[in-house]
Amino acid sequence: MIVIPTAAAIEVQDLTKRYGETVAVDQLSFSVPAGTTIALLGANGAGKTTTIAMLLGLLEPSAGRITVLGEPMPRRRYQVLGRMNFTSPYVDLPLRLTVRQNLLVHADLYGVADPGRRIEQLAGQLDLAAFLDRPTGRLSAGQKTRVMLAKALINRPDLLLLDEPTASLDPDTADVVRTWLERYQAETGATLLLASHNMAEVERLCREVLMLKTGRLVDRGSPAELIRHYGRSNLEEVFLDIARTGERSRREDAA
Amino acid sequence: MSPALLALRRVRGMVRRHLYLLASSWPRVLELAYWPTVQMITWGFVTKFLHGQTEILAQAFGVFISAVLLWDVLFRGQLSVSLLFMEEMYARHIGHLFTSPLRPHELVGSLFAMSVVRTLIGVGGAALLAIPIHQFSIFEALGWPLIVFFVNLLWFGWAIGLIIAALVLRLGLGAESLAWAVIFMIQPLSGVFYPLDVLPGWVQPLSWCLPSAAVFEGMRAVLLDGALRGDLLLHAVLANLAWMAGAVLIFLILFRQARARGLLLQVGE
Repeated sequence: MIVIPTAAAIEVQDLTKRYGETVAVDQLSFSVPAGTTIALLGANGAGKTTTIAMLLGLLEPSAGRITVLGEPMPRRRYQVLGRMNFTSPYVDLPLRLTVRQNLLVHADLYGVADPGRRIEQLAGQLDLAAFLDRPTGRLSAGQKTRVMLAKALINRPDLLLLDEPTASLDPDTADVVRTWLERYQAETGATLLLASHNMAEVERLCREVLMLKTGRLVDRGSPAELIRHYGRSNLEEVFLDIARTGERSRREDAA
Repeated sequence: MSPALLALRRVRGMVRRHLYLLASSWPRVLELAYWPTVQMITWGFVTKFLHGQTEILAQAFGVFISAVLLWDVLFRGQLSVSLLFMEEMYARHIGHLFTSPLRPHELVGSLFAMSVVRTLIGVGGAALLAIPIHQFSIFEALGWPLIVFFVNLLWFGWAIGLIIAALVLRLGLGAESLAWAVIFMIQPLSGVFYPLDVLPGWVQPLSWCLPSAAVFEGMRAVLLDGALRGDLLLHAVLANLAWMAGAVLIFLILFRQARARGLLLQVGE
Protein backbone atom coordinates (compact mmCIF):
# COMPACT_ATOMS: atom_id res chain seq x y z
CA MET A 1 0.00 0.00 0.00
CA ILE A 2 1.37 3.42 -0.95
CA VAL A 3 0.99 6.11 1.69
CA ILE A 4 0.30 9.57 0.29
CA PRO A 5 2.56 12.06 2.09
CA THR A 6 0.27 14.24 4.15
CA ALA A 7 2.05 15.17 7.36
CA ALA A 8 5.51 15.34 8.83
CA ALA A 9 6.97 12.00 9.87
CA ILE A 10 9.56 13.85 11.94
CA GLU A 11 9.34 17.31 13.47
CA VAL A 12 12.25 18.70 15.42
CA GLN A 13 12.21 22.06 17.16
CA ASP A 14 15.17 23.76 18.84
CA LEU A 15 16.75 20.39 19.53
CA THR A 16 19.89 20.70 21.64
CA LYS A 17 22.28 18.17 23.12
CA ARG A 18 25.04 19.23 25.47
CA TYR A 19 27.74 17.10 27.07
CA GLY A 20 29.07 19.40 29.77
CA GLU A 21 30.55 22.39 27.94
CA THR A 22 30.39 20.69 24.54
CA VAL A 23 27.34 21.36 22.39
CA ALA A 24 26.85 18.40 20.06
CA VAL A 25 23.54 19.59 18.59
CA ASP A 26 22.62 23.24 18.76
CA GLN A 27 18.98 24.40 18.46
CA LEU A 28 18.28 22.24 15.45
CA SER A 29 14.87 22.59 13.81
CA PHE A 30 13.61 20.70 10.78
CA SER A 31 10.77 18.55 9.58
CA VAL A 32 10.68 15.51 7.33
CA PRO A 33 7.48 15.07 5.31
CA ALA A 34 6.04 11.58 5.43
CA GLY A 35 6.93 9.45 2.44
CA THR A 36 10.12 11.27 1.52
CA THR A 37 13.82 10.46 1.69
CA ILE A 38 15.92 13.15 3.33
CA ALA A 39 19.63 13.28 4.15
CA LEU A 40 21.52 14.66 7.09
CA LEU A 41 24.92 15.74 5.84
CA GLY A 42 27.91 17.03 7.69
CA ALA A 43 31.51 16.32 8.53
CA ASN A 44 32.47 13.96 11.35
CA GLY A 45 31.26 15.44 14.62
CA ALA A 46 28.60 17.58 12.91
CA GLY A 47 25.88 15.99 15.05
CA LYS A 48 24.28 13.54 12.60
CA THR A 49 24.54 10.41 14.75
CA THR A 50 23.59 12.35 17.88
CA THR A 51 20.48 13.66 16.11
CA ILE A 52 19.51 10.18 14.94
CA ALA A 53 20.07 8.77 18.44
CA MET A 54 17.71 11.40 19.86
CA LEU A 55 15.10 10.64 17.19
CA LEU A 56 15.28 6.99 18.22
CA GLY A 57 14.97 7.75 21.92
CA LEU A 58 18.44 6.32 22.61
CA LEU A 59 19.65 9.68 23.85
CA GLU A 60 17.83 12.26 25.96
CA PRO A 61 17.87 15.76 24.45
CA SER A 62 19.11 18.59 26.67
CA ALA A 63 16.41 20.86 25.23
CA GLY A 64 13.95 21.08 22.38
CA ARG A 65 11.07 19.02 21.08
CA ILE A 66 10.87 15.95 18.87
CA THR A 67 7.75 14.48 17.33
CA VAL A 68 8.08 11.18 15.48
CA LEU A 69 5.12 9.69 13.59
CA GLY A 70 2.85 12.00 15.55
CA GLU A 71 4.17 11.06 19.01
CA PRO A 72 6.42 13.13 21.26
CA MET A 73 9.82 11.54 21.74
CA PRO A 74 11.28 10.25 23.94
CA ARG A 75 8.25 10.42 26.25
CA ARG A 76 6.07 8.12 24.12
CA ARG A 77 8.86 6.14 22.50
CA TYR A 78 7.12 2.79 22.97
CA GLN A 79 4.13 3.99 20.94
CA VAL A 80 6.32 4.50 17.88
CA LEU A 81 9.40 2.30 18.14
CA GLY A 82 7.49 -0.64 16.67
CA ARG A 83 6.87 1.45 13.52
CA MET A 84 10.49 2.53 13.16
CA ASN A 85 13.80 0.81 12.62
CA PHE A 86 17.41 1.72 11.97
CA THR A 87 20.86 0.64 10.96
CA SER A 88 24.14 2.11 12.09
CA PRO A 89 27.81 1.17 11.95
CA TYR A 90 27.93 1.81 15.71
CA VAL A 91 25.77 -1.20 16.51
CA ASP A 92 25.97 -4.83 15.54
CA LEU A 93 24.13 -8.13 15.67
CA PRO A 94 25.44 -10.99 17.84
CA LEU A 95 28.15 -12.58 15.72
CA ARG A 96 27.75 -16.18 16.94
CA LEU A 97 24.07 -16.30 16.01
CA THR A 98 23.19 -17.24 12.48
CA VAL A 99 21.52 -14.71 10.23
CA ARG A 100 18.19 -16.52 10.58
CA GLN A 101 18.49 -16.64 14.38
CA ASN A 102 19.24 -12.92 14.57
CA LEU A 103 16.28 -12.13 12.36
CA LEU A 104 14.00 -14.42 14.40
CA VAL A 105 15.05 -12.64 17.60
CA HIS A 106 14.28 -9.24 16.10
CA ALA A 107 11.02 -10.52 14.62
CA ASP A 108 10.00 -11.38 18.19
CA LEU A 109 11.14 -7.99 19.50
CA TYR A 110 9.00 -6.23 16.88
CA GLY A 111 6.05 -8.63 17.15
CA VAL A 112 6.25 -9.57 13.46
CA ALA A 113 3.45 -11.87 12.35
CA ASP A 114 4.61 -15.06 10.59
CA PRO A 115 8.33 -14.37 11.09
CA GLY A 116 9.46 -17.40 9.07
CA ARG A 117 7.68 -16.12 5.98
CA ARG A 118 8.93 -12.57 6.49
CA ILE A 119 12.53 -13.81 6.78
CA GLU A 120 12.21 -15.88 3.61
CA GLN A 121 10.74 -12.85 1.87
CA LEU A 122 13.63 -10.61 2.94
CA ALA A 123 16.14 -13.33 2.10
CA GLY A 124 14.77 -13.40 -1.43
CA GLN A 125 14.66 -9.63 -1.83
CA LEU A 126 18.09 -8.93 -0.33
CA ASP A 127 19.77 -12.08 -1.65
CA LEU A 128 20.49 -13.58 1.79
CA ALA A 129 19.28 -17.13 1.13
CA ALA A 130 22.76 -18.60 0.60
CA PHE A 131 23.98 -17.60 4.05
CA LEU A 132 20.80 -17.50 6.12
CA ASP A 133 22.09 -20.30 8.36
CA ARG A 134 25.66 -19.06 8.60
CA PRO A 135 26.92 -17.31 11.77
CA THR A 136 26.72 -13.55 11.28
CA GLY A 137 30.38 -13.21 12.26
CA ARG A 138 31.45 -15.22 9.21
CA LEU A 139 29.91 -12.89 6.67
CA SER A 140 31.70 -10.43 4.41
CA ALA A 141 31.12 -6.70 4.97
CA GLY A 142 28.70 -6.58 2.07
CA GLN A 143 26.71 -9.59 3.27
CA LYS A 144 26.60 -8.17 6.77
CA THR A 145 25.30 -4.84 5.52
CA ARG A 146 22.46 -6.59 3.73
CA VAL A 147 21.68 -8.54 6.91
CA MET A 148 21.60 -5.30 8.89
CA LEU A 149 19.22 -3.90 6.31
CA ALA A 150 17.05 -7.02 6.59
CA LYS A 151 16.94 -6.50 10.36
CA ALA A 152 15.97 -2.86 9.79
CA LEU A 153 13.14 -3.93 7.49
CA ILE A 154 11.91 -6.91 9.51
CA ASN A 155 8.92 -4.93 10.86
CA ARG A 156 8.13 -3.12 7.57
CA PRO A 157 8.87 0.24 9.22
CA ASP A 158 7.04 3.43 8.34
CA LEU A 159 10.18 5.33 9.28
CA LEU A 160 13.68 4.07 8.58
CA LEU A 161 16.72 5.83 10.02
CA LEU A 162 19.91 4.91 8.22
CA ASP A 163 23.25 5.97 9.62
CA GLU A 164 25.86 5.51 6.87
CA PRO A 165 24.03 2.53 5.32
CA THR A 166 26.64 1.86 2.64
CA ALA A 167 29.82 2.67 4.57
CA SER A 168 32.71 0.35 3.63
CA LEU A 169 30.79 -1.35 0.82
CA ASP A 170 32.15 -1.92 -2.66
CA PRO A 171 30.35 0.08 -5.40
CA ASP A 172 28.38 -2.92 -6.62
CA THR A 173 27.02 -3.88 -3.18
CA ALA A 174 26.36 -0.24 -2.35
CA ASP A 175 24.35 0.08 -5.56
CA VAL A 176 22.30 -3.02 -4.65
CA VAL A 177 21.50 -1.51 -1.25
CA ARG A 178 20.54 1.87 -2.75
CA THR A 179 18.33 0.23 -5.36
CA TRP A 180 16.63 -1.74 -2.66
CA LEU A 181 16.04 1.35 -0.51
CA GLU A 182 14.53 3.17 -3.49
CA ARG A 183 12.29 0.20 -4.14
CA TYR A 184 11.18 -0.09 -0.52
CA GLN A 185 10.41 3.62 -0.36
CA ALA A 186 8.47 3.55 -3.61
CA GLU A 187 6.49 0.43 -2.71
CA THR A 188 5.60 1.29 0.87
CA GLY A 189 5.67 5.09 0.98
CA ALA A 190 7.91 4.88 4.03
CA THR A 191 9.96 7.84 5.22
CA LEU A 192 13.74 7.49 5.10
CA LEU A 193 16.20 9.69 6.96
CA LEU A 194 19.75 9.06 5.88
CA ALA A 195 23.06 10.17 7.36
CA SER A 196 25.81 9.61 4.85
CA HIS A 197 29.21 10.73 3.69
CA ASN A 198 28.55 9.45 0.21
CA MET A 199 27.40 12.44 -1.82
CA ALA A 200 26.52 10.46 -4.93
CA GLU A 201 24.24 8.33 -2.77
CA VAL A 202 22.54 11.40 -1.36
CA GLU A 203 22.09 12.96 -4.79
CA ARG A 204 20.51 9.75 -6.02
CA LEU A 205 18.22 8.93 -3.11
CA CYS A 206 17.23 12.14 -1.38
CA ARG A 207 14.66 14.77 -2.12
CA GLU A 208 16.14 17.18 0.37
CA VAL A 209 19.42 17.63 2.20
CA LEU A 210 19.96 19.11 5.65
CA MET A 211 23.52 20.43 5.97
CA LEU A 212 24.88 20.32 9.52
CA LYS A 213 28.01 21.89 10.88
CA THR A 214 29.09 21.75 14.53
CA GLY A 215 25.59 20.74 15.51
CA ARG A 216 23.82 23.55 13.66
CA LEU A 217 21.70 23.49 10.52
CA VAL A 218 23.63 25.69 8.09
CA ASP A 219 21.69 25.07 4.90
CA ARG A 220 18.99 22.93 3.35
CA GLY A 221 17.45 22.24 -0.03
CA SER A 222 17.27 19.68 -2.78
CA PRO A 223 20.63 18.41 -4.06
CA ALA A 224 20.06 20.26 -7.37
CA GLU A 225 19.17 23.53 -5.60
CA LEU A 226 22.24 23.38 -3.37
CA ILE A 227 24.54 22.60 -6.31
CA ARG A 228 23.07 25.48 -8.30
CA HIS A 229 23.17 27.91 -5.43
CA TYR A 230 26.77 27.21 -4.51
CA GLY A 231 27.76 27.30 -8.18
CA ARG A 232 29.28 23.84 -8.00
CA SER A 233 29.09 20.79 -10.23
CA ASN A 234 28.15 18.21 -7.59
CA LEU A 235 27.10 17.82 -3.96
CA GLU A 236 30.57 16.82 -2.82
CA GLU A 237 31.90 20.25 -3.78
CA VAL A 238 29.00 21.86 -1.92
CA PHE A 239 29.83 19.72 1.10
CA LEU A 240 33.47 20.83 0.99
CA ASP A 241 32.45 24.47 0.63
CA ILE A 242 30.31 24.26 3.74
CA ALA A 243 32.69 22.08 5.72
CA ARG A 244 35.68 24.35 5.02
CA THR A 245 34.08 27.77 5.23
CA GLY A 246 30.72 27.11 6.80
CA GLU A 247 29.99 30.78 6.72
CA ARG A 248 28.68 30.88 3.20
CA SER A 249 25.13 29.77 3.63
CA ARG A 250 22.22 30.87 1.57
CA ARG A 251 20.82 32.79 4.48
CA GLU A 252 23.97 34.84 4.74
CA ASP A 253 24.05 35.34 0.99
CA ALA A 254 20.50 36.58 1.11
CA ALA A 255 21.36 38.98 3.92
CA MET B 1 -2.05 -9.38 19.34
CA SER B 2 -2.66 -8.03 22.86
CA PRO B 3 0.01 -5.87 24.57
CA ALA B 4 0.63 -8.63 27.12
CA LEU B 5 1.26 -11.20 24.39
CA LEU B 6 3.54 -8.79 22.55
CA ALA B 7 5.49 -8.27 25.78
CA LEU B 8 5.82 -12.04 26.20
CA ARG B 9 7.05 -12.34 22.62
CA ARG B 10 9.72 -9.73 23.29
CA VAL B 11 10.85 -11.63 26.39
CA ARG B 12 10.80 -14.85 24.34
CA GLY B 13 12.93 -13.14 21.70
CA MET B 14 15.59 -12.29 24.27
CA VAL B 15 15.47 -15.75 25.87
CA ARG B 16 15.79 -17.20 22.39
CA ARG B 17 18.80 -14.98 21.68
CA HIS B 18 20.63 -16.34 24.74
CA LEU B 19 19.57 -19.95 24.16
CA TYR B 20 20.91 -19.74 20.60
CA LEU B 21 24.16 -18.39 22.00
CA LEU B 22 24.38 -21.17 24.57
CA ALA B 23 23.62 -23.83 21.98
CA SER B 24 26.25 -22.43 19.60
CA SER B 25 29.10 -22.91 22.06
CA TRP B 26 29.69 -26.13 24.02
CA PRO B 27 32.48 -24.50 26.12
CA ARG B 28 29.86 -22.12 27.50
CA VAL B 29 27.70 -25.06 28.61
CA LEU B 30 30.72 -26.88 30.03
CA GLU B 31 31.80 -23.77 31.93
CA LEU B 32 28.36 -23.57 33.57
CA ALA B 33 28.76 -26.99 35.16
CA TYR B 34 32.54 -27.05 35.58
CA TRP B 35 33.09 -24.88 38.67
CA PRO B 36 30.10 -26.12 40.69
CA THR B 37 31.20 -29.70 40.00
CA VAL B 38 34.84 -29.09 40.94
CA GLN B 39 33.77 -27.34 44.15
CA MET B 40 31.34 -30.10 45.02
CA ILE B 41 33.97 -32.82 44.50
CA THR B 42 36.63 -30.99 46.57
CA TRP B 43 34.34 -30.09 49.45
CA GLY B 44 32.88 -33.57 49.41
CA PHE B 45 36.27 -35.12 50.05
CA VAL B 46 37.10 -32.51 52.72
CA THR B 47 33.86 -33.43 54.42
CA LYS B 48 34.61 -37.13 54.20
CA PHE B 49 37.98 -36.52 55.85
CA LEU B 50 36.52 -34.34 58.63
CA HIS B 51 33.63 -36.75 59.08
CA GLY B 52 35.94 -39.24 60.74
CA GLN B 53 37.68 -36.61 62.91
CA THR B 54 35.01 -34.62 64.75
CA GLU B 55 31.75 -35.54 66.36
CA ILE B 56 29.76 -32.48 65.28
CA LEU B 57 30.61 -33.00 61.63
CA ALA B 58 29.71 -36.64 61.91
CA GLN B 59 26.16 -35.43 62.56
CA ALA B 60 26.08 -33.25 59.49
CA PHE B 61 27.81 -34.91 56.63
CA GLY B 62 25.96 -32.83 54.04
CA VAL B 63 26.50 -29.36 55.53
CA PHE B 64 29.53 -28.48 53.43
CA ILE B 65 28.34 -30.01 50.20
CA SER B 66 24.91 -28.41 50.59
CA ALA B 67 26.56 -25.07 51.39
CA VAL B 68 28.78 -25.32 48.30
CA LEU B 69 25.86 -26.17 46.04
CA LEU B 70 23.56 -23.50 47.46
CA TRP B 71 26.32 -20.90 47.31
CA ASP B 72 26.65 -21.67 43.63
CA VAL B 73 22.94 -20.98 43.17
CA LEU B 74 23.55 -17.43 44.41
CA PHE B 75 26.79 -17.07 42.46
CA ARG B 76 25.43 -18.48 39.18
CA GLY B 77 22.20 -16.51 39.49
CA GLN B 78 24.12 -13.25 39.88
CA LEU B 79 26.76 -14.08 37.30
CA SER B 80 24.17 -15.04 34.68
CA VAL B 81 22.31 -11.75 34.96
CA SER B 82 25.52 -9.68 34.87
CA LEU B 83 27.22 -11.67 32.11
CA LEU B 84 24.21 -11.93 29.83
CA PHE B 85 23.73 -8.19 30.08
CA MET B 86 27.43 -7.63 29.33
CA GLU B 87 27.11 -10.06 26.42
CA GLU B 88 24.87 -7.46 24.74
CA MET B 89 27.55 -4.84 25.31
CA TYR B 90 30.35 -7.06 23.96
CA ALA B 91 28.19 -7.76 20.90
CA ARG B 92 27.41 -4.00 20.45
CA HIS B 93 23.76 -5.09 20.44
CA ILE B 94 22.43 -2.73 23.11
CA GLY B 95 21.66 -0.03 20.55
CA HIS B 96 19.47 -2.42 18.57
CA LEU B 97 17.65 -3.60 21.67
CA PHE B 98 16.79 -0.17 22.99
CA THR B 99 15.60 1.12 19.62
CA SER B 100 13.19 -1.81 19.44
CA PRO B 101 9.94 -1.88 21.43
CA LEU B 102 11.71 -3.95 24.12
CA ARG B 103 11.19 -2.32 27.53
CA PRO B 104 13.98 -2.37 30.13
CA HIS B 105 11.88 -4.51 32.49
CA GLU B 106 11.30 -7.04 29.70
CA LEU B 107 15.03 -7.25 29.09
CA VAL B 108 15.57 -7.79 32.81
CA GLY B 109 12.81 -10.44 32.86
CA SER B 110 14.54 -12.35 30.08
CA LEU B 111 17.86 -12.19 31.96
CA PHE B 112 16.16 -13.63 35.06
CA ALA B 113 14.58 -16.42 33.01
CA MET B 114 17.91 -17.31 31.43
CA SER B 115 19.65 -17.25 34.79
CA VAL B 116 17.23 -19.98 35.98
CA VAL B 117 18.18 -22.10 32.96
CA ARG B 118 21.92 -21.54 33.45
CA THR B 119 21.78 -22.14 37.21
CA LEU B 120 19.83 -25.37 36.77
CA ILE B 121 22.38 -26.61 34.23
CA GLY B 122 25.35 -25.65 36.41
CA VAL B 123 24.24 -26.45 39.93
CA GLY B 124 21.71 -29.12 38.99
CA GLY B 125 24.42 -31.08 37.20
CA ALA B 126 26.76 -30.87 40.20
CA ALA B 127 23.98 -31.85 42.60
CA LEU B 128 23.19 -34.95 40.55
CA LEU B 129 26.87 -35.89 40.28
CA ALA B 130 27.21 -35.68 44.08
CA ILE B 131 24.95 -38.73 44.36
CA PRO B 132 27.30 -41.26 42.68
CA ILE B 133 30.53 -39.52 43.74
CA HIS B 134 29.80 -38.83 47.43
CA GLN B 135 26.61 -40.85 47.98
CA PHE B 136 24.99 -37.56 48.99
CA SER B 137 21.69 -36.27 47.64
CA ILE B 138 20.91 -32.64 48.48
CA PHE B 139 17.34 -33.36 47.36
CA GLU B 140 16.92 -35.98 50.10
CA ALA B 141 18.95 -34.14 52.71
CA LEU B 142 17.05 -30.86 52.50
CA GLY B 143 13.70 -32.05 51.13
CA TRP B 144 11.21 -29.46 49.94
CA PRO B 145 12.88 -26.57 51.84
CA LEU B 146 15.53 -26.85 49.13
CA ILE B 147 13.06 -25.10 46.80
CA VAL B 148 12.64 -22.24 49.29
CA PHE B 149 16.40 -21.85 49.69
CA PHE B 150 16.95 -22.07 45.92
CA VAL B 151 14.35 -19.39 45.18
CA ASN B 152 15.66 -17.00 47.83
CA LEU B 153 19.28 -17.34 46.77
CA LEU B 154 18.44 -16.94 43.10
CA TRP B 155 16.34 -13.89 43.93
CA PHE B 156 19.24 -12.30 45.83
CA GLY B 157 21.60 -13.21 42.98
CA TRP B 158 19.31 -11.39 40.53
CA ALA B 159 19.34 -8.25 42.68
CA ILE B 160 23.14 -8.16 42.85
CA GLY B 161 23.40 -9.07 39.15
CA LEU B 162 21.10 -6.20 38.26
CA ILE B 163 23.15 -3.71 40.29
CA ILE B 164 26.35 -4.90 38.60
CA ALA B 165 24.74 -4.73 35.13
CA ALA B 166 23.68 -1.15 35.83
CA LEU B 167 27.18 -0.22 37.04
CA VAL B 168 28.78 -1.75 33.95
CA LEU B 169 26.33 0.11 31.72
CA ARG B 170 27.18 3.37 33.46
CA LEU B 171 30.94 2.84 33.86
CA GLY B 172 31.64 0.82 30.70
CA LEU B 173 33.08 -2.62 30.15
CA GLY B 174 36.21 -1.58 32.05
CA ALA B 175 34.15 -2.35 35.16
CA GLU B 176 33.32 -5.90 34.05
CA SER B 177 35.47 -7.48 36.79
CA LEU B 178 32.75 -6.40 39.24
CA ALA B 179 30.69 -9.30 37.90
CA TRP B 180 33.14 -11.78 39.44
CA ALA B 181 34.42 -9.79 42.39
CA VAL B 182 31.40 -8.33 44.19
CA ILE B 183 29.79 -11.62 45.14
CA PHE B 184 32.91 -12.75 47.01
CA MET B 185 32.61 -9.76 49.34
CA ILE B 186 29.23 -11.18 50.30
CA GLN B 187 30.44 -14.73 50.89
CA PRO B 188 32.20 -14.25 54.26
CA LEU B 189 29.26 -12.21 55.55
CA SER B 190 26.72 -14.83 54.49
CA GLY B 191 27.98 -17.54 56.83
CA VAL B 192 28.04 -20.06 54.02
CA PHE B 193 30.31 -22.54 55.81
CA TYR B 194 29.92 -21.42 59.45
CA PRO B 195 27.21 -20.05 61.77
CA LEU B 196 26.90 -16.27 61.92
CA ASP B 197 27.84 -16.17 65.62
CA VAL B 198 31.39 -17.04 64.56
CA LEU B 199 31.63 -13.52 63.09
CA PRO B 200 32.68 -10.53 65.25
CA GLY B 201 29.72 -8.91 67.00
CA TRP B 202 29.86 -5.69 65.00
CA VAL B 203 29.79 -7.61 61.70
CA GLN B 204 26.73 -9.68 62.53
CA PRO B 205 24.13 -6.90 61.98
CA LEU B 206 25.63 -6.38 58.52
CA SER B 207 25.30 -10.08 57.81
CA TRP B 208 21.66 -10.06 58.77
CA CYS B 209 21.02 -7.48 56.06
CA LEU B 210 21.81 -10.19 53.52
CA PRO B 211 19.07 -12.67 52.56
CA SER B 212 21.80 -15.25 52.03
CA ALA B 213 22.75 -15.19 55.74
CA ALA B 214 19.22 -16.22 56.73
CA VAL B 215 19.17 -18.91 54.04
CA PHE B 216 22.42 -20.55 55.18
CA GLU B 217 21.36 -20.38 58.83
CA GLY B 218 18.10 -21.99 57.73
CA MET B 219 19.96 -24.66 55.78
CA ARG B 220 21.99 -25.60 58.88
CA ALA B 221 18.80 -25.69 60.97
CA VAL B 222 17.31 -28.24 58.56
CA LEU B 223 20.46 -30.36 58.33
CA LEU B 224 21.52 -30.23 62.00
CA ASP B 225 18.20 -29.86 63.84
CA GLY B 226 15.78 -31.21 61.28
CA ALA B 227 13.68 -28.02 61.54
CA LEU B 228 12.56 -25.48 58.96
CA ARG B 229 12.81 -22.09 60.68
CA GLY B 230 9.91 -19.89 59.55
CA ASP B 231 11.49 -16.79 61.13
CA LEU B 232 14.62 -17.20 59.00
CA LEU B 233 12.53 -17.78 55.91
CA LEU B 234 10.53 -14.59 56.54
CA HIS B 235 13.77 -12.71 57.19
CA ALA B 236 15.19 -13.88 53.85
CA VAL B 237 12.04 -12.90 51.95
CA LEU B 238 11.87 -9.41 53.52
CA ALA B 239 15.57 -8.80 52.94
CA ASN B 240 15.16 -9.95 49.33
CA LEU B 241 12.25 -7.55 48.81
CA ALA B 242 14.40 -4.68 50.07
CA TRP B 243 17.42 -5.71 47.95
CA MET B 244 15.36 -6.12 44.80
CA ALA B 245 13.65 -2.76 45.30
CA GLY B 246 17.05 -1.14 45.75
CA ALA B 247 18.47 -2.95 42.71
CA VAL B 248 15.57 -1.88 40.47
CA LEU B 249 15.95 1.71 41.66
CA ILE B 250 19.71 1.72 41.00
CA PHE B 251 19.18 0.12 37.58
CA LEU B 252 16.57 2.69 36.58
CA ILE B 253 18.68 5.63 37.77
CA LEU B 254 21.84 4.43 36.03
CA PHE B 255 19.90 3.43 32.90
CA ARG B 256 18.47 6.96 32.73
CA GLN B 257 21.96 8.39 33.14
CA ALA B 258 23.22 6.11 30.37
CA ARG B 259 20.45 7.38 28.10
CA ALA B 260 21.30 10.99 28.94
CA ARG B 261 25.01 10.47 28.23
CA GLY B 262 24.62 8.51 25.02
CA LEU B 263 26.06 5.33 26.51
CA LEU B 264 23.38 3.10 24.94
CA LEU B 265 24.80 3.77 21.49
CA GLN B 266 28.50 3.77 22.21
CA VAL B 267 29.47 1.16 24.73
CA GLY B 268 33.00 0.19 25.59
CA GLU B 269 35.68 0.79 28.15
